Amino acid sequence: MSDKKPQGKGKQVETTGHVWDGIEELNNPLPKWWLYTFYLCIIFALGYTVFYPAWPLIHGETPGILGYSTRGAVEADIKAFAAQNAPLETKLVAMDMTKVKDDPALLQYANSAGAAVFRTNCIQCHGAGAQGIMSGGYPNLLDDDWLHGGTISAIYTTIQHGVRSPTDPNTRPAPAMPAWGETLKPDEITDVVQFVMKISGQTFDAAKADAGAKVFADNCAACHGDAGKGNPDMGAPNLTDAIWLYGGDLATVTETVTKGRAGVMPAWADRLSDADIRSVALYVHGLGGGQ
Amino acid sequence: MAFLDKHKKIETNATLLLVLSFLVVAIGGLVEIVPLFYLKNTIETVKGMRPYTPLELTGRMIYVREGCYLCHSQMIRPMRDEVERYGHYSLAAESMYDHPAQWGSERQGPDLARVGGRYSDHWHVDHLTNPQSVVPQSIMPKYGFLSENMIDGKYIEDLMKTNREVGVPYTDDELTNAKADFAAQDNPDADASGLQKRYGDKVNVRNFDGKPGVSEMDALIAYLQVLGTMVDFSTFIPDKTR
Repeated sequence: MSDKKPQGKGKQVETTGHVWDGIEELNNPLPKWWLYTFYLCIIFALGYTVFYPAWPLIHGETPGILGYSTRGAVEADIKAFAAQNAPLETKLVAMDMTKVKDDPALLQYANSAGAAVFRTNCIQCHGAGAQGIMSGGYPNLLDDDWLHGGTISAIYTTIQHGVRSPTDPNTRPAPAMPAWGETLKPDEITDVVQFVMKISGQTFDAAKADAGAKVFADNCAACHGDAGKGNPDMGAPNLTDAIWLYGGDLATVTETVTKGRAGVMPAWADRLSDADIRSVALYVHGLGGGQ
Repeated sequence: MAFLDKHKKIETNATLLLVLSFLVVAIGGLVEIVPLFYLKNTIETVKGMRPYTPLELTGRMIYVREGCYLCHSQMIRPMRDEVERYGHYSLAAESMYDHPAQWGSERQGPDLARVGGRYSDHWHVDHLTNPQSVVPQSIMPKYGFLSENMIDGKYIEDLMKTNREVGVPYTDDELTNAKADFAAQDNPDADASGLQKRYGDKVNVRNFDGKPGVSEMDALIAYLQVLGTMVDFSTFIPDKTR
């Protein structure tokens, strides 16, 4: 089939015996470096199957002498980092959160960890700078107006259990603000909105506001308080300051009264570790408005 | 090596070449695929997995239709940074009722395998309507039109039947009540006991978009809010051999 052909300086090379239109296919030997690399690859692959999980058998696969598993690897990786942080985290979890500020090393740790947790989980609603998003009613965390309390432990509880969380039975028991458009007359709504304008120090219509005072006392004071100062136990906002959750202009307040509001914050106790929640509570408390 | 000289016979005989090629490929297939069907540690059973409710299944179809998988993966890989950011790594069993699976391979946006419960429904409405209103640097397109597309679950039973054909264990009871369950899940005032009997107490029943009627927005949020929440990881012990 094959025969020798002159090739280069007097060398003889086999042909494969294939001829197309008089062109013969030479059968040059494979380059030695290529051939040995190829053999090495085969040896490597066999070695790999010895060290790592590889061959399927009847009841399982060969585990490999290194005992590697993806799940084991990630677990070990997480454990290694947890071990590094363990001394500080144990201390953080055991300590009264108001005392952390006296321990500079721990405070620094909690602040960095809290900032990382905040960037990963909180900025989507509260904004990258914790400034909140008023158009959606996501609270600003930089000011000192707190719907559910601004002490470290109150913030901690809010993060753990969320607000009106559908999945957490211990969530902040904040009754939803009803849609007053369904029960109050349009006049009453206009009046009570003018009353809110009055107590929040904005321009208002005196006659309507006076009429609105009664509507407020009958319907709104139960949650917002007689003076409209709010009630953190019910998550009812203070209406007398210049800080607004959804906006304090006439149109927005009217919309709020008519349609009601019920902002939801998810509960984080199942998603974050206790140390993480404490860290982020300390971080948020330290942003400026903590009480 | 005399038999190597016979390759001419194979190369000039197309049928023989085809048969022998098939044999070679079959060996690869047998060794790589067949063990996946009987090896115990590749078939992990986990507690809590259930088929999607009619509304969630519809939301899933909208997810597929809008091509969400082109930018969002649903696969948390077993790596520390991913577990830290998204939660427990994804399990194969968590995709057992997904036909087709929405693992994706691109992450223009974040992974969504455990997005369920991470945000409020209100946030999802805001975000889907105008992503930049809540995440200013987002490059996600706006999906506000979903709120305007009202749906009535007209074909939901057929859809569930199709899913049953490919292995989702929907019962006859679930098929007959598909339309009722579809409407009940989006209505907090409706009697959801049937829905909860069929799909478990943990089913989210509420008006997802806060507006009257069932829109595509409702369905998509119902789907998003259940993603990654079925398995209770506090009782899950991973098989270490994987």
